[in-house]
Parts: sequence; C-alpha cells; structure tokens
Amino acid sequence: MFKTIVQRFFQMVAVMIIVTMLVFAMTYFISNPVYLLLPQTATEAQIAQAEAELGLDKPLFVQYGIFLKNALRGDFGNSYFYNRSALSVILEKMPATLELVLVTMILTVLIGIPLGVFAGARPNKLSSKLTMAGSIFGVSLPSFWVGMIMIYVFSLMLGWTPVSGRGELGSILGIRTSLATADGWRHLILPAITLALSNVASIIRLTRAGTQEQMRQDYIKFARSKGVGTRQVLFGHALKNTLIPVVTILGLQLGDLIAFTTITETIFAWPGMGKMALDAISSNDRPIISAYLLMVSAMFIFINFVVDVLYTLIDPRVSLGGE
Amino acid sequence: MANSLKKQWDSLKGSQFYAHYRRSPVALLSSALLLIILFLAVFGPLFTPQNPFDLSSLDLSNAYLPPYPREGSDPAFFMGTDQQGRDIFSAIVYGSRTSLYIGVVGVLLCSALGIFLGVLAGYYGGWLDSLIMRLADIQLSFPSILIAMFLMSALGRGVGNVLIALMLVGWVKFARTVRGETLSVRKMEYVDAARVIGLPSHRIILRYILPNVMTSIIVLATMQVGTFILIEATLSFLGLGVPVTEPSLGMLCSDGFKVMFGGLWWVSVFPGLYIVVIVFAINLLGDFLRDELNPKLK
Amino acid sequence: MSKILEVENLATYFHTFKGVVKSVDRISFSMEEGEVLGVVGESGGGKSVTGFSIIRLIDPPGEITADYVLFDGENLMEKSEKEMNQIRGDKITMIFQDPMTSLNPVYTIERQIAEVLKLHQPGITKAQCRARGIELLKEVGIPNAEERIKCYPHQFSGGMRQRVVIAIALAGSPKLIIADEPTTALDVTIQAQVLQLMKRLVSEKGCALMLITHDLAVVSEITDRVNVMYCGHIVESAPTRELIEKPLHPYTRGLLASIPGSGAVREDERLEVIPGMVPNMFDLPKGCKFAPRCAACMEVCREREPETITVSPGRQVACHLCGKGEEDA
Repeated sequence: MFKTIVQRFFQMVAVMIIVTMLVFAMTYFISNPVYLLLPQTATEAQIAQAEAELGLDKPLFVQYGIFLKNALRGDFGNSYFYNRSALSVILEKMPATLELVLVTMILTVLIGIPLGVFAGARPNKLSSKLTMAGSIFGVSLPSFWVGMIMIYVFSLMLGWTPVSGRGELGSILGIRTSLATADGWRHLILPAITLALSNVASIIRLTRAGTQEQMRQDYIKFARSKGVGTRQVLFGHALKNTLIPVVTILGLQLGDLIAFTTITETIFAWPGMGKMALDAISSNDRPIISAYLLMVSAMFIFINFVVDVLYTLIDPRVSLGGE
Repeated sequence: MANSLKKQWDSLKGSQFYAHYRRSPVALLSSALLLIILFLAVFGPLFTPQNPFDLSSLDLSNAYLPPYPREGSDPAFFMGTDQQGRDIFSAIVYGSRTSLYIGVVGVLLCSALGIFLGVLAGYYGGWLDSLIMRLADIQLSFPSILIAMFLMSALGRGVGNVLIALMLVGWVKFARTVRGETLSVRKMEYVDAARVIGLPSHRIILRYILPNVMTSIIVLATMQVGTFILIEATLSFLGLGVPVTEPSLGMLCSDGFKVMFGGLWWVSVFPGLYIVVIVFAINLLGDFLRDELNPKLK
Repeated sequence: MSKILEVENLATYFHTFKGVVKSVDRISFSMEEGEVLGVVGESGGGKSVTGFSIIRLIDPPGEITADYVLFDGENLMEKSEKEMNQIRGDKITMIFQDPMTSLNPVYTIERQIAEVLKLHQPGITKAQCRARGIELLKEVGIPNAEERIKCYPHQFSGGMRQRVVIAIALAGSPKLIIADEPTTALDVTIQAQVLQLMKRLVSEKGCALMLITHDLAVVSEITDRVNVMYCGHIVESAPTRELIEKPLHPYTRGLLASIPGSGAVREDERLEVIPGMVPNMFDLPKGCKFAPRCAACMEVCREREPETITVSPGRQVACHLCGKGEEDA
C-alpha cells in the first residue's frame, strides 16, 4: 500500500509540472501585458524596453524557467488591478470560497446520498421515479439562471435573504468565517443551494446506480437467506459497498464545485476567489490568472491524490489485496 | 439504396428498442419537445414579430412591456420586451438557433476527434495509447467548465472559438469510451480472422470496430449536446462566449440580470427557462437511450 | 422417520411485461428428516427457483403460491416476513453457487458469522460470538481459524470461502440446508472435498439437505433421492440408486447418457446429447414440455400434459410412456 501511495505521489508531481507548462503557455498567449502597461502612444523602442524589463524578450524556455522558479516561491508578480502580490490576493479571498464549498458539500451528502439509496432500493416506486426525473432536471439547470431566480424569489419578492455579499463575519476557532453569525448564514444559504443543486442531482444518480447494482449481488441474497431484514440488508450490507465509489466521486466533485464557484460567486457578488478569477479574466490581470490556475490545479491534483489514498483505506480489497 | 433503407427501417420497427420507445411516455414526450424546439429554431423567424438583432427593427416605444396577460402588455410581444424594445420571444427563437448549432456541431466535432484518438489508442496501443490516455487523465482531473472559461479567455469571443473550446473539453469522454470498446472488440475472433486474411487496418476499423462502438457514441453524444448547450450559455452569460453581435440565450440572461433588480424579471427568466426546456428534453432522451442501448455508460 | 418438508402444489410465476414465466409449475414433493435430496435438470428448469421459493426469497415480479409448504409441521406460506426471517438462517439455511460473490467483500468473516448468531440467539456476547465462530470454522476444516476469522473474504481461496459459507449455514440450528449448485464454481479437486464435508456435517447434525445441481455425478455421490426437473415440473422422482440404474423418463435417460463413465454409457459408446434446446419459457409446448426433444414422443404427448403417477413406493414419474408401459418396463 505504501508503494502505491509513493507512486501516486510522483504521478501527482509529474502532472503538476505539465500543468505549470500549460498555464504558462496559456497566460503567455492570452495577450502581451506590455500593451496594458504602456499608453497607446508608446513607441517601438518603449515597447521593446518594457519587454526587456519584464523579460519577455528572452527565449520561451528561459521565460518558463523564470516563471517556474518564481511560482515555486509563491511569486506570481503583482496584480495589475489590486497592485499587490497575486498570491496574497488569492489567499485573502480563499476562505470565503472554501466556506461556500464546505456548506455545499454538506448539503450534497445530506440530501444526495439518502435520496439515491432510497431510489435505488425501491426503483419501481413512484417516488423513486420522481426523484430520478428530478435529478435529470437538476443537471439540466444552468447554475447562473438558478442563482438569478433564487435572488429574484427569495431576496426581491419575499425579502427573506440579502441580495448579495458575504455578510457579517464571526470567529470559529480563530478562523474568520460567516458560518459563525446568523447574518453570515443568511448571506450564505442561497449561493450554497445554487451551487449544490446539480451536485446533489449527480450524487443521487450515482448512489442510485450503485445501490441498484449492489442489491443484485449474491451477497445480498445470501444475507437475506441468513434472516437479515430488508432494512438491515440495505443499510448494513449494501450501503458500505455503494459508498466506496461514491466517496471517490464526491472527492472529484469537490473540484467541480470550486470551478463553479466562479459563476455562483459572480451572481451573488460573493467576495471569493471564483469571482476574483472572472474579474481577472475580464480585466486581463495576468498574475492573478496564472496564480489562480496554478492554485486551483494544485488543489484538484491534491484532491485526486487524497481520493486515491482514501480509496485504498476504505476498501479492504485494495488495501490488503496487494500483499 | 432506397430498398436497403426501407429494410433497415423495417428491422428497426420490429426491434425491442422501437417497442420500448413506443411505450415510453418520457421518450415520446422528450422527442416531441425536441421536434418543436427544432421547428421553432428553423422556421421560427417566419413567425417572430421582429428580428431582435436588427437594431433598425427595434422600436424604443415598445420598451419595458411586461408579458401578455399583465397590465400594459402587448399580445404581439407575449413574453414582454426589454429596455431596448426587443421582443423576448423573438430573441429566444434567434438565440436557440445559436445554442442548437453550437451544441450539435460542437458534439460532431468533439466526437470526431474523440473517436479518432480513441480508435488510435485502442487499436494500435503502445506509447500512443499511453500518451493519449495520460493526456485524458490529466484533463479529466479538471472541471470542463473551468478549462472552457480559460480557453475562451485565451482565444477571445466567437462562435468558432466556442466550438474549438468545446471540442478540446469534450473529446476525452468519447476517446475513453471508444478506446475501451475498441480494446474489447479487437480481442474478438472475427477481428483476428479479418487480420489473418490480410484486411487493412482502416477497413477493419470501419467494418468491425466502429459499428460496435456506435451505440455508445450515440448515447454519449446525446447527453453531450445538452452539456455543451449549458456550457455555451454559461460562457456567454459570463461574457466569454459568442460575441455581442450574435444572439445567445446565455447573453440574454445576463442582459436580463442587470434589469432584474428593477422588476423586469421576464427578460432573464424566459430565456433561461428555454435553456432548461431544451437541455431537459435532451437529457431525458439521452437517459432513455442509455437505459436501452448501453446501461453501463455513466 | 418423519417428514421435515412437505410441499404441495408449489408454483412460482414471474409476471413480466412480455408474459408470464412459470418457473415452477405446481410441484409437490417431500423430504424426510436427515435426507439428502438432489434436484437436477438443465439450467432454466426451475431448480434454483424451487429452493428460493421454499425459503420465500422471490422478488417481484415473481409470485409464489402453494397449497402448503409444511416445514417441521408449520406452513411457511402463512408466515409473515418477520417470522420468515426468524426461520431463515436458523432452521433453514442456504449455500450459494459462487463463494466469490456470496460473502460481503467489505466485512470480516467474524462479522458475517456474528451477524447470523446475533440474529438468532439474542443476548449472545461478542466473546461468545467469536468463540462459536472459531469453532464453526474449525468444524468446516479451516486451518488456523483463530487468525483466519479476522480476515476479509478476498483473502480466502474459492474452496475456503465456500467452507466459510457452509460454516455460516451451520451457525444456527438448521434442520434443512438448501444448497444451490454449491460446487459448480469450484475446481474439480476441491469439489469432492466440499461435497464430502457437506455430507459428513449433514449426517452429524442430522439435518436434511436439498442439493440443487445440474451435475448428476454430484448427485450420485451423496444423495439419497433425486427429483429431476424440466421446465418447472418434476418429471421423475426416485431413490438415487434406482434412478441411475433404471431411469424411467426419457429426459432422465438423456441426462444420464450424457455423463461420461456413468453406468448408462459403455466404454465403446459415443456420448449422447439430448437433441434440441430448453424451450422458450414464454412459449411452452401445450402437452408434455419435453415432447419436442423426446425421441419416444407420441401423439398424446403433444396434446396432453402427463400426470404424475406412482410407479412403486417412493418412485414417481410424469410420462405418458410409463402410464401404459409399466408392465413392459
């Protein structure tokens, strides 16, 4: 088992290096930052001088080397917009995004898994069929539109929740978070539900498929022949087998969630790093874009790694089978 | 030719698939919806009161009209108008043409790329296989919406660029499925036999491998059209999709979002609702196809 | 000896939207206490469904009906699901075909044995469970049981796993064990060991064994009596020795003739096969179900279903040939 973890670790590093190349290439081709920094009337000589100052006249691989070296030190340059280190901007915005993702994940697990198990255990019941149709509906919703409808109905029409922003912050264990105050929760709940919707829908589908497959297995019939009751067969025998793949998918969905915060945060004016990334795209803030991309990539790749390790821990067949 | 088509049609009519299709209210309903949507997209401009993207046909005196049964509405603009006097229904019809075009053409392009790379990887194996599949693995660890967003920011707005972005985002699913099935078909004895009698590779691929992966492709492609329409709408909503001069449902929503706080809910609600209807119908049909043709696909 | 199981007119129909499948069609039979009964036939003949019907583990769209299924004097058809769960795993237990899949992969053997003990002996302590589990594993011949009980199923070989399954089947106080193809998925060498083990344990515990198999060789080795099933019907029922030496039903003869090295096939003879295939269960022949494949088929066979007749004590057959042909047999 230790060997697989080490192996996965090196794979993770390799993937990360490839990603830095891609990010470098992408930001390199987006546009030449010189034109952003200089006035439109700049002469050829001024442009060449500015390029030399920024190191843009050096060969590509040298530029990449510098980029990589600086990135490793957490230096992505100063944000054009905020006029300070891109990394510090991201780190400042990150808690807002993470608390949103956390609440969304909890909602997903609490709603998605029970509904999926239920729909999988009794596939022929009308309520199961409705759940399934609902989950197809859920994945058909554009999340920006859901967010708008939420704001219109709950904020503008009913006045239950604030329209946008993050609300009051409190302190839990020294961490400044809106989870600590009622006002914070009132701001948080709509974006979290919006973000959770399609996630819940896909977890329902996966859990249902898994449950159905497990319930067909011989060991379920054998358990029933031992006199185990229906409920216990479902929760005691099928559930754990179903959950093993679901846990890994949940981990992977964490990545999707972080990606979708760009949209949700923009709609709800949530001051997290998703909104920051979109703003950076529209204002062509290159240091922020590359810092965000690398940061998020590192998170995804790390999540993938953790999920793989987790898998070997919860499935006895994997963890002990290799010996 | 006509005869063989008729034969194929007859064999389809006699199949279990057709029998199930006939009995499934969900499948029938979603196909009917899709036909209506398609009809509106193709012939809709004949019925709409204006071309909403021809500024000369807009009349500012029609601005801010609410949807039909409400007070002050005009039945000619039954979904209401926006701040420029643009008819929402017309805008939706024109916008859906872009959505469907991008969804369908995008899937055709990315399935072509995916099938090509998948067959290459599965049939020839070796370093080519590991290269393509490693690439697929890396890409899969990133959410497609994020890749599309950053690609678009690099490429710039435009229908062609959206198609390129979707192609680069979507090929992985096709390639993985096709590769897997190619591997299993390749092991079949009849493929061995074909190789032994010296049939060239491209003929083996066309005659034996592609027909076998076709059902999976159909299911995947159907689902993918819905996903692509959603991605296009999202990109356009964020200002990263089609240019402002092109009609787009996503952009309509983003225009509507700005005026929603002034109470003009219909400008954004109806276009978004139309996206939901299109994608829901496609996904219902895709779900039915998957259950019928290849339940193993996720 | 008294009867442990008496089945009268047991029928299990599956109502699919293509039509009704009569997997088991009004069969009657009985088992003595401690008897080993073989149920044989080709796949699709209704053997497994018979076993699952007795223990009432048939899911919709399947439906079980019977005049009665008397087990130990009690009619199982009248039991509630809860009462059935008290009988399952305790008085009646099952052994499945594939030991690779019949144990839950994510739980230890100890937990899976303890589960059945706790269900049927309320108040048993954890230590008692473990002691009893080890005892059971030793009984079925698993070496180093104290250590092995902590293992997961995938750490056992197929034969060892089937021994674990048998141990679980013995954990209660079974009077009847229904074994559905218990050796089919095992290597030939392991098959014999497992069969001998089952035979020994059954006779030690004095419980009856219903051995469902397509393999007549297995049947001849350990059973006392055999029911031959075809398309949901019991076509012949006889003591094992008599059945093998003097099969009455053409289907039984066909089955016997297809075993290499059995008494029915001489060294110099070619192996025979039964011509044709098991008919489509949605569209069964009107008369005798075996008529289309039967070499001795007569006019009446296509028209009328043969009745089950008692040829001699403990020996029944359902064939038009035998009704009139008793004297010339």
